Amino acid sequence: MGEKLVVIGAGMASGRMLEYLFEADPDRYEVTLFGAEPRGNYNRIMLSPVLAGEKSYEDIVTHDAAWYAEHGVDCQFGKTITRIDRAARTVYADGVETTFDKLVVATGSAPFIIPIAGKDLPGVMAFRDLDDVNRMVAAAERPNARAVVIGGGLLGLEAAAALRNRGMEVVVLHLMGHLMERQLDPAAGYLLQRELEGRGIKIHCKAQTKAILGEDRVEAVLLEDGTVYDADIVVMAVGIRPETRIATDAGLQVERGIVVDDQMRTSDPDILALGECVEHQGVVYGLVAPLYDMAKVAAKTLTGTEAAFKPVQTATQLKVTGVNLYSAGDFAEADDREEIVLRDASVGVYKRVVLKQDKIIGAVLYGETGDGAWYFDLLKRGENVTEMRDTLIFGQAYQGGAQLDPMAAVAALPDDAEICGCNGVCKSTITGAIAEKGLTSLDDVRSHTKASASCGTCTGLVEQLLAATLGDAYNPAAVQPMCPCTDLGHDDVRRLIVAKGLKSMPAVMQELEWKTSCGCAKCRPALNYYLLSTWPGEYEDDNQSRFINERVHANIQKDGTYSVVPRMWGGLTNSRELRAIADVADKFAIPTVKVTGGQRIDLLGVKKEDLPAVWADLNAAGMVSGAAYAKGLRTVKTCVGSDWCRFGTQDSTGLGVRIEKFMWGSWTPAKVKMAVSGCPRNCAEATCKDVGVICVDSGYEIHFAGAAGLDIKGTEVLCHAKTEDEAMEIIVALTQLYREQGRYLERIYKWAKRVGSDSIKANVVDDLAKRRHYFERFVYSQKFAQVDPWQERVNGKDAHEFAALAEFGMPQQAAE
Amino acid sequence: MTDWIAIGSINDIPRRGARCVKSPIGTIAVFRTVDDKVYAIEDRCPHRGGPLSQGIVHGAQVTCPLHNWVFSLETGEAQGADEGQVRTFALRLEGEVIYIDADLAMAIAAE
Ligand code: SRM
Ligand SMILES: Cc1cc2nc3c(=O)[nH]c(=O)nc-3n(C[C@H](O)[C@H](O)[C@H](O)COP(=O)(O)OP(=O)(O)OC[C@H]3O[C@@H](n4cnc5c(N)ncnc54)[C@H](O)[C@@H]3O)c2cc1C
Ligand code: SF4
Ligand code: FES
Repeated sequence: MGEKLVVIGAGMASGRMLEYLFEADPDRYEVTLFGAEPRGNYNRIMLSPVLAGEKSYEDIVTHDAAWYAEHGVDCQFGKTITRIDRAARTVYADGVETTFDKLVVATGSAPFIIPIAGKDLPGVMAFRDLDDVNRMVAAAERPNARAVVIGGGLLGLEAAAALRNRGMEVVVLHLMGHLMERQLDPAAGYLLQRELEGRGIKIHCKAQTKAILGEDRVEAVLLEDGTVYDADIVVMAVGIRPETRIATDAGLQVERGIVVDDQMRTSDPDILALGECVEHQGVVYGLVAPLYDMAKVAAKTLTGTEAAFKPVQTATQLKVTGVNLYSAGDFAEADDREEIVLRDASVGVYKRVVLKQDKIIGAVLYGETGDGAWYFDLLKRGENVTEMRDTLIFGQAYQGGAQLDPMAAVAALPDDAEICGCNGVCKSTITGAIAEKGLTSLDDVRSHTKASASCGTCTGLVEQLLAATLGDAYNPAAVQPMCPCTDLGHDDVRRLIVAKGLKSMPAVMQELEWKTSCGCAKCRPALNYYLLSTWPGEYEDDNQSRFINERVHANIQKDGTYSVVPRMWGGLTNSRELRAIADVADKFAIPTVKVTGGQRIDLLGVKKEDLPAVWADLNAAGMVSGAAYAKGLRTVKTCVGSDWCRFGTQDSTGLGVRIEKFMWGSWTPAKVKMAVSGCPRNCAEATCKDVGVICVDSGYEIHFAGAAGLDIKGTEVLCHAKTEDEAMEIIVALTQLYREQGRYLERIYKWAKRVGSDSIKANVVDDLAKRRHYFERFVYSQKFAQVDPWQERVNGKDAHEFAALAEFGMPQQAAE
Repeated sequence: MTDWIAIGSINDIPRRGARCVKSPIGTIAVFRTVDDKVYAIEDRCPHRGGPLSQGIVHGAQVTCPLHNWVFSLETGEAQGADEGQVRTFALRLEGEVIYIDADLAMAIAAE
């Protein structure tokens, strides 16, 4: 058997080190991994999105049980090492003792808790691990819950934004004069403050916390100036300190952190240390990029290979959705420095590059951070920038005259330019892996090179590299610009519409720098949908940006005539409706009447000019548009259910009718078809619909993400609902989530695949408050949507659509 | 000699939209762009006869409603990889009134 390796701390650094170790020499060591947290290694960085509800814990696990088993790792999670006995080569933890040949200390940092009165009250917490996140999430669930976050640095602001996202009232207390003063200059700090305040977060700078008040738990925070902020929780995010206690006790050399040499060895050569707990050449690190370098070196040292850790520069990005902020290097003012600043207050852009002896030594970017990696690259290389000084601040695209598109910009990056800061992956590593291993997707690149696998902010760059390397072979929706009018993808456009409060098509095109004067047939319908769904009641639908079917509320046919499909709620009809349909068919000589695949009747071959009159007759019999043309709710198919069927368990017809009456008129990213079956025999074919319900004795099984068109896909089960009301609420919330996240023309099953069923369940099943929130947003938007478009046109709307402008030289005129 | 016939006011056509004019050679689609230029083309897509007047108008182009071919309103030519052309007709805008060159349409009809 191999030598015994004991690792203390199952964190980001040790996880990475073990990967490198098993890659280099899988059998050399028998590994025992101790972790104080009751779980294995996960991506700590991503706790912010988990807190914000954008990701789940499962999404951020980096090593699962299968991985540990595969590599024979003896996992001791939930076990804190309390003592290292160097002489006996043994470590001790809650009743377990383990001997080692080699030991690795990777204990990370402990959050710093300011020593003030009240710091130990329940409700005071740090932001370091999953337990902290769970505590915060639980607190946020209480109605009107309030949080005070102490610390306006990276961590504090990510916590504040995430808690606000969960609906809490949030106050940030910051000791210094502006936010993130270690990474930002005052101007960028101001922009950031304004953005966060715009989201309803209260920011109090120059705030000296005096005490935390409360009897049995936190009630408020008192400042030196006498201000009191009520609080249900207090999150301390004022800094971290290397976790060195067991190393100090063991007599290892410790300064601010555990002192290590270039090979990551401590003062005891059989004991290595890495991560945030170490100090190398007087420097302690707090971001993952250098820690991953350490992991590589430690793995080499353990396998007897030469390697040396070199100090690295780090760059910072704030991971708050909708905020773009990048900073790197040193940007303090000093006499020997020059700076170049670009501001565009109207769009909230601020860029500052600090030069010393014609080289970049620091950069702060706010609002537009696309050039961050480029400046950072110039900084690290110490490149002389005299020649591009005049255009430097405009970014890489402006170098060398003509404006480059983003693809050309990545193509132009040198081979050793760093793409993924977290994992220190440079361009050639990625392009090399793509070529050698035949990688074709972002996931491939993540698993082979680690690029974009940590904080994810370089995802765009990696995708551009994939595109540049593979050419047409790479075409995922993720990076595809919406259309040739813009370089932005659907998600970015949507996010920016919300973030910048853009409420009209010209505003979007102006602010997002559309390359055409009025868009094209691809982007305009998409923008129209995004604006309509984002600003219900405010945005006025742009008819000229709709495809003909939606513009005239009928489906165009191959010969230029139209088809008319009235709603038959849940597939139910009656003699009066059927008679009206028969009458219009006769009156307007409609050539074809057909039963559709959606349980209703289609009148095909109607002349455009006859449409309003046909609709008027159908309206008179109580029928409205079936929206058979709409990116919106189409049909809700039903079976007969408990009213008639001997197997029916619930009133499936009634539920179908109820859903259709509640949801008709809503616009969605792509068409939405639903069905309700009364029992698992499933006569309404609910298991191939966007949303389907299978009634069972105990209630309603809700299905989603099915399709039976271009792709055939059975549904997935979303959840089980006990009552019809609960089923309604879930279905409506699901649809609203889709309305807000789906890309235009992306059916529910594709959306679900992209965002992951877990995140959908988390939002509309597990989290009741969120479900309610989405439900209510849908209800609000319906106020403006449930207007029968046929009736509007019968009453004269868009009359120009249905009549010719003029006639001339026509034979009948001549005859008259 | 050109026989200019008034066919209506520019205000009768929505910006980024079109109206139809019936003529001896079939329907003519009259377009108005976002910047108030007007164009007339044959309302029949050379691909499979789609009514171009029903398409989405962007810049001085229209996208056919049936299979998304794109045509220049200025030249009538199909854009991009598609090949084909529709007839264009001269229009004159005097104040708000649009006039079409009816001679051309009549001449074509007589062919
Ligand atoms: C009328 C109807 C066929 C029939 O005679 O039964 C029909 C007709 C058309 N379908 Fe359909 N589909 C009809 C039921 C279906 C169904 C069955 C169903 O809904 O249960 C499906 C498969 C289920 C599904 O969508 O997953 C279906 C999958 C499609 C697709 C493929 C969609 C996909 O995402 O894979 C298209 C193409 C598209 O939407 O891009 C399509 C597109 C069309 C269009 C709109 C083609 C077009 O763009 O012009 C046809 C319009 C004809 C017209 O003017 O009425 N139709 N189509 C059915 C109308 C149902 C209704 O009452 O509203
Ligand atoms: C919310 C949040 C957001 C962040 N965002 C970013 C970012 O965007 N970019 C970035 O680069 N960095 C970010 N960081 C910092 C990054 O997570 C850390 O730099 C990194 O996790 C440090 O890795 P580590 O292995 O040294 O320590 P850790 O990941 O903290 O792992 C140490 C582990 O050791 C355990 N341990 C400690 N003592 C013992 C003991 N005696 N016995 C057993 N186990 C013990 C701890 O419980 C812990 O699980 C963020 C951190 C947080 C908390
Ligand atoms: S399957 Fe649907 S899209 Fe195809 S021809 Fe039939 S109705 Fe049209
Ligand atoms: S008929 Fe115009 S594109 Fe096919």
